[in-house]
Amino acid sequence: MVERTKGPSVSIDNAIVAQYFLAMAIIAGITTLTLARWQFGVTTVFHFLFVPLTIGLGFLVACLQTAAYRTKDEHYDRMARFFGKLFLINFAIGVVTGIVQEFQFGMDWSSYSVFVGNIFGAPLAIEGLLAFFMESTFLGIWIFGRGRVSKRVHLASIWLASVGTMLSAVFILAANAWMQHPVGFKIDKATGQAVMTNFWAVITNSTFFGAYFHVLFAALLTGAVFMLAIAAWHIRRDQQRDTFLKVAKIAIVVTLLSALGTCFMGDTQARQMDSQQPMKMAAAEALYNTQDGASFSLLTIGDLTGNPIFQIRLPHLLSLIADNSWNGQVKGIKQLQAADVKKFGPGNYVPILWITYWSFRLMVGLGLLMIALGGVGLWLVRKRRLEKSAWFLRFATLMLLAPFLANSLGWIFTEEGRQPWVVFGLLKTSQAVSNVSVGYVATSLVGFTAIYSFLAVLEIGLMVKVARKAPEALSAADDERPLELVY
Amino acid sequence: MLHLHVLASTSPSGLQQLWFVLIAVLWLGYFFLEGFDFGVGILLPFLSRDDMDRRVMINTIGPVWDGNEVWLITAGGATFAAFPLWYATVFSGFYLALFLVLAALIFRGMAFELRGKRDDLSWRAWWDRAIFWGSALPALLWGVAFADFLHGVPIASGAAWTGNFFDLVKPYALLGGLTTLSLFTLHGATFLGLKADGEVRERARHSGLILAPATFALMLGFLSWTYVTAHTTHHNGLVPPFLPILGLVVLAGVGWLMREHLEGWAFVATALVIVILFVTLFLNLYPRVLVSSVSPKFSLTLSQAASQPYTLKVMSWVALIFTPFVLLYQSWTYWIFRKRVRRAEPLPTSSGIGS
Ligand code: HDD
Ligand code: HEM
Ligand code: HEM
Repeated sequence: MVERTKGPSVSIDNAIVAQYFLAMAIIAGITTLTLARWQFGVTTVFHFLFVPLTIGLGFLVACLQTAAYRTKDEHYDRMARFFGKLFLINFAIGVVTGIVQEFQFGMDWSSYSVFVGNIFGAPLAIEGLLAFFMESTFLGIWIFGRGRVSKRVHLASIWLASVGTMLSAVFILAANAWMQHPVGFKIDKATGQAVMTNFWAVITNSTFFGAYFHVLFAALLTGAVFMLAIAAWHIRRDQQRDTFLKVAKIAIVVTLLSALGTCFMGDTQARQMDSQQPMKMAAAEALYNTQDGASFSLLTIGDLTGNPIFQIRLPHLLSLIADNSWNGQVKGIKQLQAADVKKFGPGNYVPILWITYWSFRLMVGLGLLMIALGGVGLWLVRKRRLEKSAWFLRFATLMLLAPFLANSLGWIFTEEGRQPWVVFGLLKTSQAVSNVSVGYVATSLVGFTAIYSFLAVLEIGLMVKVARKAPEALSAADDERPLELVY
Repeated sequence: MLHLHVLASTSPSGLQQLWFVLIAVLWLGYFFLEGFDFGVGILLPFLSRDDMDRRVMINTIGPVWDGNEVWLITAGGATFAAFPLWYATVFSGFYLALFLVLAALIFRGMAFELRGKRDDLSWRAWWDRAIFWGSALPALLWGVAFADFLHGVPIASGAAWTGNFFDLVKPYALLGGLTTLSLFTLHGATFLGLKADGEVRERARHSGLILAPATFALMLGFLSWTYVTAHTTHHNGLVPPFLPILGLVVLAGVGWLMREHLEGWAFVATALVIVILFVTLFLNLYPRVLVSSVSPKFSLTLSQAASQPYTLKVMSWVALIFTPFVLLYQSWTYWIFRKRVRRAEPLPTSSGIGS
C-alpha cells in the first residue's frame, strides 16, 4: 500500500470513525485479495487455453501453407485453409482476453504495479511494440490479402504472424520468470520500489530459458495434438481420408517430438527450481522432511500432512529429477519453512499442498501419455495400420483435451507453488493487491466470468461446427479472385 | 510490510519529458486510428439499409482494427513501464469504468469475428448491436477519463484514492465524453466517405454534414469550460491558447469539405481535430499526470510517477529502434487495402480464410 506521508490531524471522534474504517478495511482487504486472486486465476487460465493453440497451430498452418506453395499439392492447400480457419477463430478469443490481462495489473494489483513497474513494465511494453503489432498487422494481411498480394507475400505474412506469437511469449515469459527468480535489480531506498539495474540480466534470466522452451514445446504439442485429434475423427468417418491421413502422419511426428521436448525441458526446470525455489520442489512432492536419495511419489493417498496412508513411490527418482544424482539431498517442507521464517520473519511459507502436488503430477502424467500417443501412432504409421486402428483413432480424438489440461495445470503449479510470494522473496501476494473496494472486484469477477463462459460456449460450438465439416476442394478461380468482403 | 513512498515533486528531467511525449503520442495514435473504427461501429445501424451495407462498412476496417487496438495495448504497457504510479493509480481508480471498456472491447472484437460465421439474420443483428455498443461505450468513456485527468480526481497525499465511481462522472467529464463520442463518430463518417462506395459513401457524407456542427458545439463548450477552469482554478491559463482555436477552425472546415465532396481532406481534418484536442489536454496536464480534486498539492506529477532513468533509457533505445518498423508496415497495410470497399456479388459469408 502506498504510504501516506502526512495525514490530516485526527480529533477524538475522527479517531473512532477511523478505527471503524480501519477494521472494515482489514476485513475488506482480505476479501479484495481473495477475489482478486480468483479473478487473476480465472482470466489467466482462460487466456492460456487459447494462447498455446494460437502459437502451435499458427506455426503448423504456416508449415502447411509452405508445403502447398512448394509442392503445389492440393492436399496441403486444403489443409492449410481448413486449419487456418480454426486458427483464426481461436486467435480472436486470444486477443480479446489478452487485453484484460494487460490492464488487470493496474486494476487489481496496483501496489504490485508500483513496486515492480520499473522492471515488469518494460517487457510488457516491448511485447506490444515488437510482437502484438506484428501479429495483428500481418494476420490482417493474411486474412484479407489473398488474391490482393502475391502468393509469396501471402505466405510471408503467415510466417511473420507466427513469429510474432512466438516473440510475444518471449517477453511475457521473461516478465513472469523475473517474478519467479528476480535478477538484475535493486531496491530503491527512497521509494521502496524494485528498480532495474541490468536489462540484459532480466531477459537472459536462467529461469526464463527453461520456461520459454517448455512453453514453446507445449504450444507446439497443443497444435499437433489438436490436428491429430481432428484428423483422426475424420479418418474414422472416412471423410477426405487421403488428405487427413497425410496430416495425421505429420501431426504424429510433431506430437512425439514436441512431447519429448516438453518433458525434457520440464525436467531441466525442475532441477533449476530445486536451487531457486526449493519450497516449490518440496511442495510438488509433498516431501515433509529433508531426504538423501529421495523417492518420487507416484501416488499418495493420505492427509497431506506428512502421514500418508497409502503410497507408491519410485526410489531415488526425486533426487534424480531435482539434483541429477542418485543420492542427492532434497530439502523437506518443515526444514524449508523454518529456514524461511529465519530469513523473512514469521509467516507461513508453504503453498497449498494438494494443489501443487496434484497439478504437478497430472501435468507430468499427461506429458507421458502424449509421448505414448506419439510413439504408438508412429508405430502404427510404420506398420501402415493407422487408418484401420479404430481404437487408436478414438483415443487420439479423446486426447484433444490432454494438452489443454496440462497447460492449465502447469501454470497453476508454477504460480501456486510460488505462494505466498508474488515476486519470490521480495513481495507477498497479500501486499500486492489494490486498495479498491470489494464490490468493484466482485463486480468485475462476476462480469468477466460470465462473459468468458458465454464466449467459451460460442467459440467451442463454432470450432466444433467448423472442425466437423470436411473441407471441400477449391477451384483455381477461387484462389485468384480477391475476396471483396471477408467479414 | 511493503513500504512505498511517493517522493516530493521535482521538475521533470529530459528523459521524463521525452516519455511523457511518447505516451501522449501512443494515445494520440490510438485515438486517431481506433477513433475511426469506433466511428464506423457507431454509424453501423444508421448508415446501412441491408446486410450487404453492413458488411461493406465492417470490411472497411476489417484488416486494420486489431492493429489499431494494439496502440492501446502499447500505450498501457508503456505507461506501466515509464510511469508505474500513474498506471497503478489510474487503473485502480477508474476500476469500474475500465471494466466497462474492457467488456465493450471484448464483445466488439468477437462480433467482427463471429457475425459472418452464420447465415442467420437475427444472429447478425445481435452482433451488430455488440459492435455499436462496443464502439460507443469506449468512445464516450475514454473522453470522460481524459477529462477527469485534467479536471481532477479524488486523490489525497501519496496518490491515495479517496473517492468512488461517481466522482468520475461529473458534468465536465461527461461533456468531454460526449465530445469524443461525437468527434470519433464524425471521424468514422469521413473515413467511410474515403473507403466505402456507392450508397454507403453518400450516406456517410450526409451524416457528416449533420455531425460536424453538433461536434463543433460540443467541442466549443468543452474547450471553453477547460479554458475557464484553467484560469480560475489552476491559475496557469490554457497553453498555448491558439491551439484550441485552431482545432475549432479546422472542425468548422469539415462540414464544408464534406459538402464539396473533398472526403480525403475531410478525413485529414477530423484526424487533425482529434490530435489537437488531445494535445491540448496533455499540454495542460503537464507537468502533472493526474490532477487532484482534493488539493492542488496532492496532484501527481511526472517526476513522482516516473521510473528510474535506467529503465527509461532502455525503453528509449527499444522505441528508437523498433518504432520505425512498426510505422512502416502498418502504413503498408493501409496501402495494400487502399481501394474502396464495394458491394460484392453475395459470397458465402462463413468465409474466414478464403472459402
Ligand atoms: C506463452 C505465451 C503467453 C502468455 C504466458 C500470455 N500471453 Fe497474452 N498472448 C499471447 C501469448 C501469451 C499470444 C500468442 O501472443 C496471443 C494469444 C492469441 C493472440 O492473439 O496473441 C496473446 C494475446 C494477448 C494480448 C492481445 C494482443 C493483440 O491484440 O494482438 C494481450 C494484451 C496479452 N496477450 C497480454 C498478456 C498478459 C498481460 C499476460 C500475462 C498475464 C499474457 N498475455 C499471458
Ligand atoms: C514429464 C513431463 C513434464 C515435466 C517434467 C514438467 C515440468 C515442469 C516444471 C518443473 C514446471 C515448473 C517450472 C517452474 O515453476 O519454474 C512446469 C511448468 C509448466 N508446464 Fe510442465 N512439465 C512436463 C510436461 C508438460 C506438458 C506436457 C505441458 C503442456 C502441454 C506442460 C506445460 C507447462 C506449463 C504451461 C507450465 C508453466 C510455465 C512454466 O513455468 O514453464 N508441461 N513444468
Ligand atoms: C506471464 C504472466 C503470468 C501468467 C501466465 C500467470 C498465470 C497464473 C495462473 C495460471 C494462475 C492460477 C493459479 C491458481 O489458480 O492457483 C495465477 C495465479 C495468480 N497469479 Fe499469475 N501469472 C502471470 C503473471 C502474474 C502477475 C504479473 C501477477 C501480479 C500480480 C500474478 C499474480 C497472481 C496471483 C496473485 C495469483 C493467485 C494465486 C493463487 O490463486 O494462489 N501473476 N497466475
